[in-house]
Amino acid sequence: MAENAYAKLLAAQIRGQLQYRLSFTFDLVLNAGITTIDVLVLLAVFRVTPSLAGFGIGAVLLMTGLAQLAFQLADVAVGNLERVPQYLRTGLLDAVLLRPLSTFGQLVVLDFSIRRAGRIVQGLCTYGVALRVADIEWTPARVLLAAVAPLAGAVSYAAIFTAGAATMFWLVDGGEVVNAVTYGGRDFASYPTAMYGAWFGKLFGFALGLASVGYLPALALLGRTDPLGTPAWSHWAAPAVSVVWAFAAAGIWRVGVRHYQSTGS
Amino acid sequence: MLASAFTNSVFGFLKTYVLLAVAANGAVAGYDAAALAMFAWAGQGLIGVVQVFQWNELADRIRTGDIVADLLRPVDPLVSFLAVDLGRALHALAVRLTVPLAVGALFFPLRWPEHPITWLAVVASVVFATVTSFATRYLINLLAFWWLDARGPGTLWLVGGTLFTGLAVPIPFFPEWAQAVLWCTPFPWMLQAPLDVLLERGSAVTLVAGGALAAGLTLAAAASAQRVAVRRLVVQGG
Repeated sequence: MAENAYAKLLAAQIRGQLQYRLSFTFDLVLNAGITTIDVLVLLAVFRVTPSLAGFGIGAVLLMTGLAQLAFQLADVAVGNLERVPQYLRTGLLDAVLLRPLSTFGQLVVLDFSIRRAGRIVQGLCTYGVALRVADIEWTPARVLLAAVAPLAGAVSYAAIFTAGAATMFWLVDGGEVVNAVTYGGRDFASYPTAMYGAWFGKLFGFALGLASVGYLPALALLGRTDPLGTPAWSHWAAPAVSVVWAFAAAGIWRVGVRHYQSTGS
Repeated sequence: MLASAFTNSVFGFLKTYVLLAVAANGAVAGYDAAALAMFAWAGQGLIGVVQVFQWNELADRIRTGDIVADLLRPVDPLVSFLAVDLGRALHALAVRLTVPLAVGALFFPLRWPEHPITWLAVVASVVFATVTSFATRYLINLLAFWWLDARGPGTLWLVGGTLFTGLAVPIPFFPEWAQAVLWCTPFPWMLQAPLDVLLERGSAVTLVAGGALAAGLTLAAAASAQRVAVRRLVVQGG
């Protein structure tokens, strides 16, 4: 019964969004187009420089592909949690809490935006091209990592989206602060962690675990050593990092929902 | 406001590190490390002033029919929205420009203008950039008269606003032909032009004059598009 309700809500959302067909198609194509910005930026950067922090275009493209695909998967699945502040202000969350369904599940399907699906295309293309172009000696372990790393990254980004949305229960109007970690996190992981200043790279790369989205798996796939000196085993740790993120986000979300006090309107 | 300034600053770090890595072996496209750091931080500060990101207020008013109230007033909505936008830009100067610039100056050596007169050119250039950005946004919002759900065109703006203004990477990083094409669009005049004036790159007179031309042309385009739109306006609901 419960799955049925989610499926119906989701189907209704998708049907509704397909009503203005021309605008929707335009939107879908542009959503795919928007994500190519990051690839074009990368190409423009490598037009004027041969390497970034010692990594050539093939290696950086691999990191960008991993980060983009992971982020886009998370964005399509739970990116609409960005709208939690609106639900808090308008009191819609009261209605959501009263229903006998999971709060998180409802919020995810309530505002599911099918046009975001266009974005995954770019991530898949970039990652696919990067895997072909980059100089990878394929082993069974690397094939497995190449398949799992974007999914692990997606779980990490989804957890960041969720934790960010949960902080809105306290901050209410601080959505932009969360953007610094979500969209900023995507941009961070698109480039080698070794390129950033010491404290900035440590904060985003290792304290927030974003090095494990693009940089470390790319090192493992390419069989390169890390100029930052991380041990080789840690380059394979992306799935473990995503599990830690998932548990942390689930905890923060639960505390956040409990903290919620209705505006009473 | 502070939240935006914080986020702009985080992106300032991200951008600066990319640009500094690019310039690791010396100047690129005529920018040295200090100039690129200034480009990144002043750019992050200016996006809030010239408002490079999406703006839907007019499109929303057209969709809901509230635009009728604006049209009944004795002031042209183009003028009143422009006045509001300039006020917003002035307010943004206080927080959204100063905070990222201060953060940038704290962590990186920045290239400040050598000649005091440059500041005057910067002010003029920023005013024209804001007007150009406003007129272009207004024009895209006007599409809602024809296209009730104007989210698609709004997304197009996002691409132009990020990639073609110089926000993502300086325009001179692009191939020559692409640069030539881009300078014929309003986009570089919103960010690249004031930043080049600030960095004393190229002729300030040309950049400011070009900015004035871009502002004039986009405003004229917005005004004539509005005339056409109002002529065929059908008020929804009642």
